Amino acid sequence: MLNRIAKVSLFAAALAAAGGTWAQKSVELLNVSYDPTRELYQEFNPEFARYWKEKTGQSVTINQSHGGSGKQARGVIEGLQADVVTLALAYDIDEIGALSGKIPDNWQQRLPHNSAPYTSTIVFLVRKGNPKRITDWDDLVKPGISVITPNPKTSGGARWNYLAAWGYALKHNDGNQTAAQEFVGKLFRNVAVLDSGARGSTNTFVQRGVGDVLLAWENEAFLAVNELGPESFEIVVPSLSILAEPPVTVVDGVVSKRGTAEVAQAYLEYLYSPAGQRIAAKNYYRPRTPEHADPEDSARFPDLELFTIDEVFGGWQKAQQEHFGDGGFFDQIYEVR
Amino acid sequence: MSDVLAAPGGVLYGTRFERNAATRESAWFKWVAITVALAFFALFLLLPLVTVFVEAFRKGIDTYLTALSEPEAWSAIRLTLLTAAIAVPANLIFGVAAAWCITKFEFPGKQLLITFIDLPFSVSPVIAGLIYVLLFGAQGWLGPWLAEHDIKIIFAVPGIVLATIFVTFPFIARELIPVMQAQGREEEEAAIVLGASGWQTFWHVTLPNIKWGLLYGVILCNARAMGEFGAVSVVSGHIRGQTNTMPLHVEILYNEYNFAAAFAVASLLALLALVTLAIKSWVERKAALRHIG
Repeated sequence: MLNRIAKVSLFAAALAAAGGTWAQKSVELLNVSYDPTRELYQEFNPEFARYWKEKTGQSVTINQSHGGSGKQARGVIEGLQADVVTLALAYDIDEIGALSGKIPDNWQQRLPHNSAPYTSTIVFLVRKGNPKRITDWDDLVKPGISVITPNPKTSGGARWNYLAAWGYALKHNDGNQTAAQEFVGKLFRNVAVLDSGARGSTNTFVQRGVGDVLLAWENEAFLAVNELGPESFEIVVPSLSILAEPPVTVVDGVVSKRGTAEVAQAYLEYLYSPAGQRIAAKNYYRPRTPEHADPEDSARFPDLELFTIDEVFGGWQKAQQEHFGDGGFFDQIYEVR
Repeated sequence: MSDVLAAPGGVLYGTRFERNAATRESAWFKWVAITVALAFFALFLLLPLVTVFVEAFRKGIDTYLTALSEPEAWSAIRLTLLTAAIAVPANLIFGVAAAWCITKFEFPGKQLLITFIDLPFSVSPVIAGLIYVLLFGAQGWLGPWLAEHDIKIIFAVPGIVLATIFVTFPFIARELIPVMQAQGREEEEAAIVLGASGWQTFWHVTLPNIKWGLLYGVILCNARAMGEFGAVSVVSGHIRGQTNTMPLHVEILYNEYNFAAAFAVASLLALLALVTLAIKSWVERKAALRHIG
């Protein structure tokens, strides 16, 4: 059996090699992304294909793979042939580079704005009328409040949730780490269901009706409200939150082998173009150049105070080690539970 | 086993069983038992099945047909059928060979082989998937060699087929071993003594004896091969239109708030299962009729 499969694979590889001569005519890209970007890339991909065809005459098909950010990074490390990765946080891309050697260390400097063409933040989704009167992070640690968030160990979005809460606690306790740890610990003791990915948590809150408040990506919260009924949910914007920068990069090790470097690079650059920015804003991601978004799309984003991970936590590498590594703050908090 | 159920004498046997005072239950017990069984059946089997179809058609037949004619849905259906078409025959050959060895011969390591056949039942499907990632993944044992020769197994169709073969490995062998054990070796011995070759013995003596067990095993194996989620999810890479099987596609659609489409694909999967069951009963009935004739 093994032999037979190996033969089939060899045959497929031979076919692919023979197909190489057609490469000028059409090309395929694989974009490995995280959960909440499904709708964004569903709209962006055909737009890019149209642009690329016009510019070069070449047809491009973009295949999508979605899942929890950490899980997707793991896939690329294990050999998933991603031409580009568009993940939830820089740390996951760092990991791909460190473990597979397919992405250089300086990847984040290769594109503007820390390689994050769009940003988001963390907001609260509550049930219509906000029956538990949740207005800010303080309300989440009150007894009897049931919070839904994914697991920071597996979900990129959940790490942003956690760090946003931590940053808020630091600010309100004059930078006292112990107080922040206690605050976030209390918050996680209120967590009713810890799903492995952002979309799973949204479904738990929205579909299964569990919990009083969902900590969510702003884009995910907007999407849930619009897809599943503004009559059942509303968004609460806290006084302070984190600037989430979901980064993108080309996977050098893959594109050099497949000969897709040029189109992959153009694909990511197009995210920064007026058209790309407009589509991002339309799909509830905050554009880097708001002047290119439709005004009514921009108007949806509330103003709130945002801090970056570099300012408060000294970057992803440090935050990851201190908070989410084995025996880190998150483990300590969860053990107390 | 299925012969016993389908045998024409079965009805008679049941009646005699009930008439006999020694084996007769009181009426209230009989009805309570029947009610409980039926209620359980309705609640845990029938209701979910009905829900799938109701949800699938909630937005009308047009939405249903559109959902199934999407290229990505088609690709998932094709991949699922292809996977089953490879995994089931592979396990059929293995299952018959293994059951034959185990029941007809004595050899050292026999117990070990039986234990190994059961391994996929006792291992969680997620682990089954991870085993292949560890073996064939880029960081795995064979990863560098495979990358060098440009052979893709994980996150491609071969990986999905391998994982499916692994989880459906025991179904046919496990179904055959008790049947062949009950049969014993006498008939084969007689055939050999009468001058039949090994192949003739297998074809004319063993196979007719085991065909019901074999069929049942194939049906179970096929159902699981088409429905497997966990192991396949680990090795799939979830590339739309390429490495998504039907169960994975259902999850994706559900996560995209596309409930009608998710249930449409789910209903098709359920339908495939129902068709398999229908084929099974049809063949059984046909065999029973031939039995009488």
